[in-house]
Amino acid sequence: MANKIKLNLISGRTIQQGVSMEGGKEKPAYRDAAGIIELSSEGFEKLGAWRNTNVRVSSEFGSVVVKAVEALQALPAETAWMPMGPWANQVTDPNTYSTGMPTFKGVPIEVEPAGDESVLGSIELVQKAVRGEL
Amino acid sequence: MTNMITDVVCPFCGTLCDDLEVEVTDDGKKILSVYNACAIGSEKFLHSQASDRLTRPRMQKDDGTWKDVSYSEAIDYTAKMLADAKKPLMYGWSSTSCDAQGVGSELGEAVRAMMDNTATVCHGSTLIAVQDVGIPSCTLGEIKNRADRVIFWGCNPAHAHPRHMSRYSIFPRGFFTGKGSKGRKVIVVDPRVTDTAKLADVHLQLEQGRDYELFDGLRTAFKGEVLPDMVAGIPKEKVREAADLMKSGRFGIIFFGMGVTQSLGKNHNIDAAISTTRDLNDYTKFSIMAMRGHYNVTGSGQVWGWQFGFPYCLDLTRGFARYNPGETSSNDLLRRDEVDAVFVLGSDPGAHFPISSVKKIANLPSVCIDPHMTPTASVCKLHVPVAFVGIEVGGCCYRMDNVPIETRKVVEPPEGMMTDEAFLEKVLDRVKQIKGA
Ligand code: SF4
Repeated sequence: MANKIKLNLISGRTIQQGVSMEGGKEKPAYRDAAGIIELSSEGFEKLGAWRNTNVRVSSEFGSVVVKAVEALQALPAETAWMPMGPWANQVTDPNTYSTGMPTFKGVPIEVEPAGDESVLGSIELVQKAVRGEL
Repeated sequence: MTNMITDVVCPFCGTLCDDLEVEVTDDGKKILSVYNACAIGSEKFLHSQASDRLTRPRMQKDDGTWKDVSYSEAIDYTAKMLADAKKPLMYGWSSTSCDAQGVGSELGEAVRAMMDNTATVCHGSTLIAVQDVGIPSCTLGEIKNRADRVIFWGCNPAHAHPRHMSRYSIFPRGFFTGKGSKGRKVIVVDPRVTDTAKLADVHLQLEQGRDYELFDGLRTAFKGEVLPDMVAGIPKEKVREAADLMKSGRFGIIFFGMGVTQSLGKNHNIDAAISTTRDLNDYTKFSIMAMRGHYNVTGSGQVWGWQFGFPYCLDLTRGFARYNPGETSSNDLLRRDEVDAVFVLGSDPGAHFPISSVKKIANLPSVCIDPHMTPTASVCKLHVPVAFVGIEVGGCCYRMDNVPIETRKVVEPPEGMMTDEAFLEKVLDRVKQIKGA
């Protein structure tokens, strides 16, 4: 049965994200490399979803649909990981606490299966988000 | 016939590899192959030649469609926007040369701008900490030749700086490090089992966000004082093992990244990292270095350091430089609606700022200078493509260890394409005309 699970989100770089970024952020390869969330196998079990299905990730700051994949670089069960980029930044914590630096790491999120909702390309995602159409 | 250009510098990450070889056609117009670069570096060179590359400035109409405009119209629009604004934000400056950054500073002074670079979402916390407690650092060359203890804390060079480990930190054989990786002990501190952690002798898998506690735990262990059973989620025996390993080296280095700067605690985490390094110097020689991301974010801090005394978060609105991260930082300015125009060059805040800040950019008069179509360009009113620094135009850049390296031009830009430096100079001239100077 599909569930909504609570996790702690961190983000970072991958080679695939770097290569596809230079290959063109408007291209599907960038979405495929960075529009994902990595979960542990325990995470998948609790979520009750198949690997490589789309999930909705939500925090108090926003929400986004990305593809859930099993972490290639192992994660603790309570943690989720996303490549840095516009998908992660839909849900990241913008508070800087007077340091200038948003709190990109350690964001409480909820993850649930997204049914047939699709993962948007970076340009469409950001354009829709700024127009409040997400 | 083709031409092989050697000693080419890669303009992608702060490792700024300077040993690339690029094969170009005889007429100097096309790149055929790139040697020695990592996958990201090669893609940067090869994609610069894409057939669908934008070559002319474009204005975004209200319905979201684009209209081509000339460079002179783009210069005029940008100059008017900056001159009319009370408090424009001029952001980015990390994927360009120091030469262009210098012209940008003059422009920023002329329009009394808020100026900020990508350190604001990257190593800004580090810069604050360095001002608080100083920094014992060194060059990557010293690390290659001397380091026998290498610590990667909250960074994953296997993905973010792919050739860092082979050129400088783990594998190379240097003057005093003839055994290469066999003579080095590697410690990785990361909540994930990253590809870098897989290469480590010791992996301290701390609980996310508890870096400060672990730094303090190590400092306690160096002195042989009592530790609680678990420190930041790690058994105390393992912390002691890592502490002893660090102390027993002849020359050690702590590399650190976003895992430390972007987690809660921020600059205080870096204070603790630097203090840990200082403590280690009671036992051996230790240095610490930030893994800088963009290839010339370091240069931007250098240029502003000479010119204004501060490396980022500049407030030039009063005719002299002020600096107060938290107040004069891009994301705080945007969130508080304190700026009335946004100019972006050499960065993509549309992809790398929290979306609440991107919304603010989209609702303001905005210009994006970038060779690529990016999420930032897609929400700005004007997008100006320019030549690639380090590929189509040379210029000085600073490596992550503050060593300046002159990048090289390897091919001609598409015909009629301006460089960012030339564009900024023209905008500055136009601003001076408008302001009647
Ligand atoms: S490690 Fe960095 S500088 Fe070196 S080739 Fe790769 S992307 Fe370029």
